[in-house]
Amino acid sequence: MATVTMAKALNAALRDALATDERVVVFGEDVGRLGGVFRITDGLQTEFGEQRCFDTPLAEAGIVGFAVGMAMSGLRPVVEMQFDAFAYPAFEQITSHVAKLRNRTRGGLSAPIVIRVPYAGGIGGVEHHCDSSEAYYVHTPGLKVVTPATVEDAYALLRAAIADPDPVVFLEPKKLYFASAEAALPVTAPGFGRAVVRRPGRDATLVTYGASVPVALEAAEAGRDEGWDLEVVDLRTLVPFDDETVTASVRRTGRCVVVQEASGFAGVGAEIAARVQERCFHSLHAPVLRVAGLDIPYPPPKLEHVHLPGVDRILDAVARLQWDDQPDPKWVAA
Amino acid sequence: MTTTPQAVRRQSPPTAPAFPRSGPAAPMLPSPEPVRLLDEAGNRLPSDYPEPPAETLRELYRRMVVGRRFDLQSTALTKQGRLAVYPSARGQEACQIAGVMAVRPTDWVFPTYRESMALVARGIDPVEALTLLRGDWHCGYDPAARRTAPQCTPLATQTVHAAGLAYGEAYQGRDTVALVFIGDGATSEGDFHEGVNFAAVFRAPVVFFIQNNRYAISVPLSRQTAAPSLAYKGIGYGVASEQVDGNDPVAVLAVLTRAVEQARAGNGPFLVEAHTYRVEPHTNADDASRYRSMDEVEAWLGRDPIARLEAYLRGAGRLDDDAVEAVRTEAEAYADDLRARMSAEPVVDPLSLFDHVYATPTPQLLEQREQVRAELAAEGGEA
Repeated sequence: MATVTMAKALNAALRDALATDERVVVFGEDVGRLGGVFRITDGLQTEFGEQRCFDTPLAEAGIVGFAVGMAMSGLRPVVEMQFDAFAYPAFEQITSHVAKLRNRTRGGLSAPIVIRVPYAGGIGGVEHHCDSSEAYYVHTPGLKVVTPATVEDAYALLRAAIADPDPVVFLEPKKLYFASAEAALPVTAPGFGRAVVRRPGRDATLVTYGASVPVALEAAEAGRDEGWDLEVVDLRTLVPFDDETVTASVRRTGRCVVVQEASGFAGVGAEIAARVQERCFHSLHAPVLRVAGLDIPYPPPKLEHVHLPGVDRILDAVARLQWDDQPDPKWVAA
Repeated sequence: MTTTPQAVRRQSPPTAPAFPRSGPAAPMLPSPEPVRLLDEAGNRLPSDYPEPPAETLRELYRRMVVGRRFDLQSTALTKQGRLAVYPSARGQEACQIAGVMAVRPTDWVFPTYRESMALVARGIDPVEALTLLRGDWHCGYDPAARRTAPQCTPLATQTVHAAGLAYGEAYQGRDTVALVFIGDGATSEGDFHEGVNFAAVFRAPVVFFIQNNRYAISVPLSRQTAAPSLAYKGIGYGVASEQVDGNDPVAVLAVLTRAVEQARAGNGPFLVEAHTYRVEPHTNADDASRYRSMDEVEAWLGRDPIARLEAYLRGAGRLDDDAVEAVRTEAEAYADDLRARMSAEPVVDPLSLFDHVYATPTPQLLEQREQVRAELAAEGGEA
């Protein structure tokens, strides 16, 4: 076992994919000589040559559209969007072509492309560098949407994404790039559509993903002092979604809080809350609550701590799960 | 500490291009006037472009006549309610047919929604070509087998796909050329510029074929560009360009043939603008009288590309009454067959909606599939 950062695990996954599948090509902005602004592609051009890992013109729609054509020729493009908000110019290519190519052609063509997107905040980034854009992608049928929260998942899910026959939007939590853990790479992990219970607990379930997983785990630890034994479910892949694991957990605990960094309104957490209530209504002792980012444009660095769900906000929500079987005063007052 | 020029040079990447990157720009510029090999009466004009072989021109004529008949039949089918919508290419036969005749079956073609005529000229079954517009499915033909991308409705997005496809083919050692159809309006879209730029930077063998038919639905060319010609859009990206009379079938084929040869030879992409005209409204749902005069349309009808080629071939002794009659008979038979086959209502299985969303359906899609199956079974039970 060695101590590995998520950035290094992602780098290793790309390296191993390039080494084992000659159809894999890695390209984007600054991914070649520089190795990417987060160094995720560090050393790949030197090791595999400019044909396998290369820089492109600075144009995100061009990058993704180029990948569509390359996939049509039989290649397996892995492209990098430099930051979440800089992927927006590629939105039409992603939603109208990448996501639909298989369906439009009844399986005649497909787009096995991985679109890597460093996403979310918590790094003190200035505007347009910290968006949580997952809701845009999960709302588009045809895309798979993945976000790792651990070093081992970063490696295993990226390898799975590159091997997958469908297009994958691979959301990398920037805040976790340089978090490290003991890991012996290469490593395997449960595949797409499998959530994982990161921390078992009896009293309530925290359902979360990506950068919010470590925060939820911290909240669960802190919750012990309040007398709560909290379970934490890491979704890992938002599409396909693992109803089974989430449902089983909430039926067991009877209470659920969904935690996400993205703005709450019409977000992934809203979908999860609806699914849990549809499936677990008779097991629930309280409404499913959401802890999310505020419904504001991503704030400047000095105020991002107000926006991001933290341990206190999560525990405040847990406290409102009607432990005394009384209505939530927040809504009664309204 | 000051940096010496030598030190700067040593630090430069070895692959950094010298400036300027290439020779004079003039060879990238299009001809000052559109290339013509035939005048409007079908008389041969002098040109640097070699004329395609006579047999090829007879085949071009044959496919143009059949193509126009297909187009007229499709418009009629729309009026009969057999097609949801039909964007006609009548009057653009020279571009539609020469575009696909300039490439090999092993090359790739990237059509837009207006290229139904080009699709059938490429040998795609007309019923499969009209699947999109009949509403049975999105793409009715097998794009991989036909080396023809699905017809693109979002504007200019296919230009980038063509660049990536052509680059990917070259990367894998194949000499495939990608020919991408695009209209005048779509040259205003960002993806057009990104596609041309990517193809140029990666020297991808792409021919960007702009059919400038003067209108983007109702908006005239003057609202799309202030450039002297759309063909001038190539030089800014380092792409050689040409402009051609789009109603001169011989010139269109001659220019595209050279463009394809240039691309296949490894000289990078090529951009061609064909000046033509959309004789019909944008689609059957459009009212062109709101934005253009019948005089304008009549003037363009006088520049009919089929009549022009027929006059030339007759004058050159390459086409006689019997040959013309044989082609017309073939076109009528083609239309009869299409009409008959389009009168059958195909049964589209609702459960097939779930088949190709992903390679393997998600559990959620399987749940929805089961729900629809139950709904259909209940409807069937009521009947």
